[in-house]
Order: sequence, then structure tokens, then C-alpha cells
Amino acid sequence: MLTCQQASQLISQSLDHPLSWYELMQLRLHLMMCGACNRFRKQLNVLLVGLRKIRTNIENDSAIQLPLDAKTRIVEKLKSNQHSQ
Amino acid sequence: MSNNVNDWLNDHGDYLYRFALARLKDTHQAEDAVQETMLAAIKNNSFEGDSSIRTWLTGILKHKIIDMQRKLIREQPVSDIIDLDASNESMDDFFDKTGHWLDKPQFFDMPDHALEQSQFLSVLDACMQKLPKKLKAIFMLRDVHEMENENICKELDITPTNAWVMLYRARMGLRKCLEMNWVKG
Repeated sequence: MLTCQQASQLISQSLDHPLSWYELMQLRLHLMMCGACNRFRKQLNVLLVGLRKIRTNIENDSAIQLPLDAKTRIVEKLKSNQHSQ
Repeated sequence: MSNNVNDWLNDHGDYLYRFALARLKDTHQAEDAVQETMLAAIKNNSFEGDSSIRTWLTGILKHKIIDMQRKLIREQPVSDIIDLDASNESMDDFFDKTGHWLDKPQFFDMPDHALEQSQFLSVLDACMQKLPKKLKAIFMLRDVHEMENENICKELDITPTNAWVMLYRARMGLRKCLEMNWVKG
């Protein structure tokens, strides 16, 4: 029987690689009976969804633009790079 | 050719910049990443018609971002990144000797309402910035840049066990920070 500590470790590891059949069975059994570990799993999901949301919010925010001076600098850099080739 | 690149920069520069900013969180680094991407794009023009220009450029940018993250990590002494003794202590902080939660995890969810949601996300962002440097580095590689564990281990020269322990600690700390700082209404 898994402790909550062991269960929480497996939940975290399941985000990085597939668990073995045995680990998965043990974890499922634990989760059937443990509200706290279910909430922990939910917390980690919310965490990852939230981080992704932060990224897409910035990606889709058309008010954020490559600053003009940076753009000019990049164009210059590209030009000088092409001349040197 | 040069016309092409200028077009690319005009059409996709803003998007690439936002993509980089979303991951690097630093305007200067994001500008550099866009520049490096453009330079790489003209150097080895491997664009094939079956994907859009934007997808192709974004693919190059992803690599550039991870390269930059790598350099940042390499600049820190390894001992600063890997600190397993400390990790064992903090891991025990969450559980009693029999492996039961000391403080049972509380329910929280991401709010649907726009204003609440943006508050929630700024708490999450602040929590992430508060992670210890070494944990933040590996957490970013895995959960933000979505790098495979195997590559992270190679990159940081650590064992898979070190990697999962550090990721576990980072996630543990983050969700606790959210629990403590995200008070609804």
C-alpha cells in the first residue's frame, strides 16, 4: 500500500514518463481512497494549464510588438551579415 | 533573398518576439532570440514548402531559446544547480514520518472569469519567480520549454533520479505557494 508521500512522487513522475503497470495500479488504488492525493494531482494539472495559459496570453497579445529599435538593429545585422558572406 | 528576410521580419517578427518573451520573460533576451533566429534562417535556408514560414521560424526560435537557457544554467556552478541534501530535507517538510500529508492539499482551480483568471495567473507567475534558482532552471526546461527528461539529464549532467527529485520539489513548492497566495474573492 502506497503512502501519500509515495503516491505524490508517482503523480509527479507520471508527468515526465509513463509509469510501469505495477506503479499505475498502485497509484490508482491509492487515488480511489485518498482525497488529498486527488487534490494534489488536480493542483499539478492546474499548475501546468496555468503556465501554458500565461504563455499563450503573451503570444496572442497583439499589443506586444518587437520594439522598433530592435527591428532596425536586426535588419542592420542581417545586412552586414549578408555582405560579409 | 534579403527581401525575403525583411518580409519575414515584418510579417512574423512581432509573433516571434512574443513567443520568445513568453518563455524568456526578458525583453532583451527575447530581442536577441529573434535576431539569432533570423540569422540562422538566412544562413541555412532549409525551409520546405510543406509548413508555413511562421511554423518554420518558430521551430528555429525554440532551439535558440533552449540554447540561451542552457547557457544561463551553465554559467552557474553545478553545485548551485544540484543540491540533493537540501532537497531531501524539504521533501520531508510536506509529510510526517509515516508518509501522510502534514497539510492536506486544498482544492483550487483556474477561474473562468477573465479578471479573476488574470489575478490567478499573476500569482502563479510570481510563485515561479520565487523558486530557488536551481529548481527554477530545471523546472523551466521541463515544464516551460517542454524538453524531454533524457535531454535535461544530458544537458545538466545529472542522473534521472536527480532530475525527478528536483522536478518534484519544484512542483511541490509551486503548488504550495499557489495554495497560500491564491485566496479567492
